[in-house]
Amino acid sequence: MGLIPFFQSHGVPYGWAWTLSYGIFTVIFELILAVSVAFFILADRKIWAAAQMRRGPNVVGPFGLFQTFADAFKFFFKEVIIPSGANKVLFLLAPLITATLAFSAWAVIPVASGWVISNINVGVLYLFAISSLSVYGVIVAGWSSNSKYPFLAALRCAAQMVSYEVSIGFVIITVLLFAGSLNLSAIVEAQRHGWFAFTMLFPMFVIFFISSLAETQRPPFDLLEAESELVAGFMTEYSSTPFLLFFLGEYMNVIMLSGLMAVLFLGGWLPIWDVWPLNAIPGVIWFLGKLFFLFFLNAMVKAIVPRYRYDQLMRLGWKVFLPFSLLWVVLTAGWVVFRSGGF
Amino acid sequence: MSAVPDVKVDDGSENPQVTINFGPQHPAAHGVLRLVLDLDGEIVTRVDPHIGLLHRGTEKLIEHKTYLQAIGYFDRLDYVAPMNQEHAFCMAIERLTGLEVPRRGQFVRVLYCEIGRILNHLLQVTTQALDCGALTPPLWGFEEREKLMVFYERASGSRMHAKYFRPGGVHEDLPPELVADIYEWTNHFPQVLDDIEGLLTNSRIFKQRNVDIGVISRADAESWGMSGVMLRSTGVAWDLRRSQPYEVYSELDFQIPVGKNGDNYDRYLMRVMEMRQACKIMRQCIEKMPAGPVVAENHKIVPPRRAEMKRSMEALIHHFKLYTEGFHVPAGEVYAAVEAPKGEFGVYLVADGTNRPYKCKIRAPSYPHLQAMDFMCKGHMLADISAVLGSLDVVFGEVDR
Repeated sequence: MGLIPFFQSHGVPYGWAWTLSYGIFTVIFELILAVSVAFFILADRKIWAAAQMRRGPNVVGPFGLFQTFADAFKFFFKEVIIPSGANKVLFLLAPLITATLAFSAWAVIPVASGWVISNINVGVLYLFAISSLSVYGVIVAGWSSNSKYPFLAALRCAAQMVSYEVSIGFVIITVLLFAGSLNLSAIVEAQRHGWFAFTMLFPMFVIFFISSLAETQRPPFDLLEAESELVAGFMTEYSSTPFLLFFLGEYMNVIMLSGLMAVLFLGGWLPIWDVWPLNAIPGVIWFLGKLFFLFFLNAMVKAIVPRYRYDQLMRLGWKVFLPFSLLWVVLTAGWVVFRSGGF
Repeated sequence: MSAVPDVKVDDGSENPQVTINFGPQHPAAHGVLRLVLDLDGEIVTRVDPHIGLLHRGTEKLIEHKTYLQAIGYFDRLDYVAPMNQEHAFCMAIERLTGLEVPRRGQFVRVLYCEIGRILNHLLQVTTQALDCGALTPPLWGFEEREKLMVFYERASGSRMHAKYFRPGGVHEDLPPELVADIYEWTNHFPQVLDDIEGLLTNSRIFKQRNVDIGVISRADAESWGMSGVMLRSTGVAWDLRRSQPYEVYSELDFQIPVGKNGDNYDRYLMRVMEMRQACKIMRQCIEKMPAGPVVAENHKIVPPRRAEMKRSMEALIHHFKLYTEGFHVPAGEVYAAVEAPKGEFGVYLVADGTNRPYKCKIRAPSYPHLQAMDFMCKGHMLADISAVLGSLDVVFGEVDR
């Protein structure tokens, strides 16, 4: 935080200097994030379009680069329609919950060595808490709309996100066993001699990827907004800026989980191999590259797969992923103890 | 101001039942179907289809049009495969008037009927995938549908509402370049089908969503008046192209896929196979197509060629009479049916000797299929409703008429 001494040299007490500099840093970071989300959405649509032999957005700006901004402005200037039967406070609170949580999760993600807003020791737990809370955005939206399709989506959401959080939890435990820390930067550093995705944790990487699809309600787990069943799911009654906030929050979560996966399994900002031209590339580029690779996989999955049914989704979560990741926790723990000569 | 959705509690049952409206503004309603669903959690306990939102009074309108004018209404029934409907009506007229379709005309008709079958099945198969959440197959399928619609346009001048089949044959002969282009298309189409199948046929999720969903028994299928793929999926080998061949179908070599389990997945597989067979039939039609006229030479019913009108007074009079008064059909009644892509499409025509039908009853295959929604979906989950609806292959142009 180079800004703290700067403020202090102008006579600002340390406490205020700290608050100010972190405030400025956070605002800049989140602004960059919010703008880059626009391009991620465009990339998603372009990848999807390519898979479907379409061109995708190509009218607004060069290669359609400004399409998302045009869409965002359209939403800003539309009227906010609140259904007469809706609980007005909760109805408007729900998108705020979703968007705020999606932004705040980014606080602990290390973008490059030392580039993290808050390098806390329990970064993983923090992320876990945030993603558990984000269920509330959807549940509150579904309930307060006072409409049946959103309500059904809210019920599905509660079950779906809770189920997949359990297996995500176990997957993360295996990573923690290997890394020996809850601090995300430390987890990245622990991968300096081999990314976790290339160790016995590879199956966990796969499970985490699939669970993250479920966690972010991406196909094939997009039951909350399944247009062929629930019209638009919990977002059915939303329009204008509240809808935009849901949309933004959803993509922020997708990108955040791609970033988290890059940190947990693909060595975050570390190059794939610590030799010359590779380690000359700045860490942030490596991180973004990995993040985009995972995002690309995410988009391709969307283009390829049909949607699970609700009970099949539950079965996959509880009967396949949970026992398997539980078993893997035991195996990993055994391996870690064996390696450290604990027998 | 309550925020709790109103819940209807069934008497005597512990489970609260929620009644929801599925459509008519629902993205998976396939047009304008309204289903009233009773849900017990996610389980559907009752499906009540409400139809009629696209009712245009086709049958009554036909009674007030000349026979030639009435053909256009048949395009607008099942607008996914328009020419197959025209075919049934033209066959009914031909049976009443005793018109013979020349051989080339018959081949052209079969060729375009099979194009219609592929048009329909491409839409059906890919939207069934869409109803299960697969977003890519429809766009791949529509690429090919577009090409087929261009073939429609090059033959008739219209992409959908062709009015190309006429009593006695077809309206105009096909230009040789068009025939060559259709043949060329049949070369590459199986690969497109392979691609679409690659996304669906062996996809675990697609199978989980379709195998053993919407099962219908042979007895049910027969007693509810089902036909086409719906009936064949239960193991009944019944196809009008085989059982009562019309046009030149008896000379062509093709197979009719028959299902085993009567579920969504069987119907999906059968439709894909039927597309491959239709492609084969199209190739045979083009290979065997003889030269000659495409429409009968009886100018009391079939309008004369334009060049003839320039030279012959009689031809000019015929033309004038046919396009003002229309032709008269001898009194009688007839039922003509074709194997439309969705099943048996029949026309029951009563003629009273005037230039207009006395009565024209249309038997649309989707209608009996839609009736089965309730017992096919009972006990399934909400998500299966759209999958079953997709596999029933209903089009509301012909259900509501």
